[in-house]
Amino acid sequence: MADLTTEFLGVRTPNPFWLASAPPTDKAYNVNRAFEAGWGGVVWKTLGEDPPIVNVSGPRYGALHSNERRVIGFNNIELITDRPLQTNLDEIRQIKKDWPDRAVFVSVMLPMNEETWAKYVPMIEDTGADGFELNFGCPHGMSERGMGAAVGQVPEYIRMATEWCKKYASTPVIVKLTPNVTNILPPAKAAWEGGADAVSLINTVNSIMRVNYDTLTMYPSTDGMGSHGGYCGQAVKPIALHMVAEIARTKETAAVPISGIGGIQDWRDAVDFFALGASNVQVCTAAMVYGFRIIDDLTDGLSRFLDSKGMTSVNELVGKAVPSVTDWQYLNLNYIEKAVIDQDLCIKCGRCHVVCEDTSHQAITNRVNGERRFEVMDDECVGCNLCVSVCPVDGCITMEPMTNGTDPRTGKTVSREKADWTTHPNNPMRKGA
Amino acid sequence: MSKPDVKTGRLSAEEIAQNFSDIHPPLSRSEALIESDRCYFCFDAPCTTACPTDIDVPGFIQKIRSDNLLGSAETILRENIMGGMCARVCPTEVLCEEACVRNTQEDRPVNIGRLQRYATDPVLENKSQLFQRATGTGKKVAVVGGGPAGLSCAHRLAMLGHNVVVFSRDSKLGGLNEYGIAAYKTVNDFAQREIEWILQIGGIEVRSNTILGADVTLDELRHEFDAVFLGIGLGGVNDLGLGNEDSDVVLNAVDFIADLRQAEDKSSLPVGRRVVVIGGGMTAIDVAVQSKRLGSEQVEIVYRRGPGNMGASQYEQELAQTSGVTIRHWAMPVKMESIDGLTRVWFEDTEFDENGSLRSTGDSWFLDTDIVFKAVGQAIDQDTLGSLAESFEQKGGKLMVDEHRRTSLDDVWAGGDCIYGHDDLTVTAVQDGKLAAISINSHLCGKEVSNG
Repeated sequence: MADLTTEFLGVRTPNPFWLASAPPTDKAYNVNRAFEAGWGGVVWKTLGEDPPIVNVSGPRYGALHSNERRVIGFNNIELITDRPLQTNLDEIRQIKKDWPDRAVFVSVMLPMNEETWAKYVPMIEDTGADGFELNFGCPHGMSERGMGAAVGQVPEYIRMATEWCKKYASTPVIVKLTPNVTNILPPAKAAWEGGADAVSLINTVNSIMRVNYDTLTMYPSTDGMGSHGGYCGQAVKPIALHMVAEIARTKETAAVPISGIGGIQDWRDAVDFFALGASNVQVCTAAMVYGFRIIDDLTDGLSRFLDSKGMTSVNELVGKAVPSVTDWQYLNLNYIEKAVIDQDLCIKCGRCHVVCEDTSHQAITNRVNGERRFEVMDDECVGCNLCVSVCPVDGCITMEPMTNGTDPRTGKTVSREKADWTTHPNNPMRKGA
Repeated sequence: MSKPDVKTGRLSAEEIAQNFSDIHPPLSRSEALIESDRCYFCFDAPCTTACPTDIDVPGFIQKIRSDNLLGSAETILRENIMGGMCARVCPTEVLCEEACVRNTQEDRPVNIGRLQRYATDPVLENKSQLFQRATGTGKKVAVVGGGPAGLSCAHRLAMLGHNVVVFSRDSKLGGLNEYGIAAYKTVNDFAQREIEWILQIGGIEVRSNTILGADVTLDELRHEFDAVFLGIGLGGVNDLGLGNEDSDVVLNAVDFIADLRQAEDKSSLPVGRRVVVIGGGMTAIDVAVQSKRLGSEQVEIVYRRGPGNMGASQYEQELAQTSGVTIRHWAMPVKMESIDGLTRVWFEDTEFDENGSLRSTGDSWFLDTDIVFKAVGQAIDQDTLGSLAESFEQKGGKLMVDEHRRTSLDDVWAGGDCIYGHDDLTVTAVQDGKLAAISINSHLCGKEVSNG
């Protein structure tokens, strides 16, 4: 099986799966258990100034559940570590000593003045930790005090704080980015320009889970009042993948090493992040939902996947899909796909029909010759993939490309030549217009 | 001369309680949520098409999923006012659950019956009234029969603003819901609790212990009321045709089931050590399984055709077999004799001839038994129809009706077991009552529904 040993910022770990800075990495007890379970590294839960902050002693988490109570999305209002700085430093020192083959980065969040950074960075580095991760992402609580996402939303602040950290650190510095921005590129560029060795993303997304239907107050709440939290878990993965890919495919940031975070639950999620440009990944929610033992499926599944692709290391996978990400305007408008329903697999639930009928292009039958039967009408199908998305049977509906002949929907001959919006006659801004 | 071995107390009260406990206990909320999530919310759902009362199955399951239980119950009960009973007694395995698309995918349908019970139980427990009466029409309708067909008809008529009088020959309403149906399918006096809830709508007067043909005639009802609905079920039990059936060891299965349902203490019922049941419908299964559960040692059903011809569904046949009942197919009784206090029933094997008619093969054999149950069907007691019996178009001793459940007399509708083509299910009887009520309403309000 493929060896998963990975080197990220010069730090070698037995696998590319690190635990993200969060409750699972708050203290030595948990981190020991994580390393025993096989995790490749941790980013220690964010340290701040002494005296430490305090957390609420009520609900810190809320979840979006499926009916089977699977956690689809997860939200938290926990702040950074609430333990004394020295306790954390002592434990980090011991952990690094006990687990020399694992990565121990330390997340930090400090106010926007250089003296503080000058004071704390050397103290932390003295523990023997492998490097820093700057928490410019926490969207709740700390941002009200001018830290966390309040820094991450202002590229100038990112650069300034990164520069301060780099000035007093000799070990690598990762900058953790917030997704609560309209464009991830300016923050990523600012980190890179400030001297960051890598970026990690995403931190959590601003969120309110729901209301309590009895009291009509926000839920969860602390003594009847709630505050927005940070959203994470499976539900945020697509948001994270987009931001990772944007950084990976943009010329000015393409060289920035990326640690991918956001909704990784099984090895396939990790493959998404690697293929879209991350060279290692961090996990939190899945561990908080199922425990550290999920590392077994993550490593085993990834290793077997690499074997199936004839790859011998994660490095060969990193960025593989990045060239396939582009702007809409460059998509080939001559390319045509049609949905095809495998009648042997079809269980005749009719979901494809009703959604196509109600919300799309009226391209799927519900009866053929008086029998309940669902077939795609090629003369109406625009290839939108809605039926594939809602079909409960995996592989029953597939999208098949048309490579020749005439598209019965448009009556036009299928062209193998590429033609995108930049040259389309309907585009008033087309090239050569 | 020894006597037939028929006695009470073959099992302890605890064993009997266990044997007659709820056969399909209610789902917990957690079970219901997981099960409801399995529903694919099909378009033009096959389960709904398969439901004789057209319940919007995906619709009510979606409401369970969203914790809208009252809405879910209303979705069920507006189509089938006995949705609670049907959730317990419907042969779902040949109706909605057989049609579930999950069968194609994984051979395991959504458990629609138990979800329906989950949605409807709280309505009865909380006595929530979901339906209101329309403004009174001043019209009066007689409903003869207090079974599922009659009560369904009465409720719908009351909802539509008519005044209804239900005539019941029994002291309790419910018909076969109360006097038929295996006890373990409807525990805790469910039939009566459901009826109490149904009557809450108002506008329904009940006259019990009133026998059509004896205490009141159809002629009188037609004069006194604007319309009549007959949900009179079936009266007489068909004979085996063997003679000497008038014996205290040759019993009507329906009577035994009724006694069992009405017994305060089931262990007080005498049961035979050996029991033979002749017939192949639900009644045969119910009497056989319940005899076994009361402690009979050997229970055998003998049916003259094959498993696929039985009126009882495959699930019911399996229930009998897993309860320890032996089912013998392709044999018909030809003679009964009394030998040393036992009854010896002689059978001849049967087969289909070239024309598909049943015939004897000539091979004969016998079973010695303490009790013989007759479960070979029932017919309308023609006396109930009185002088009008001849005015009705009938077939096979049952009333002919049109698609709106109207008989050949234009002010008389009928439904349930007494009409031709009925499949003896509670759910179909409920639909008959509902359709008849809608048709009666149109008739009384001057809006005839066409037969087209």
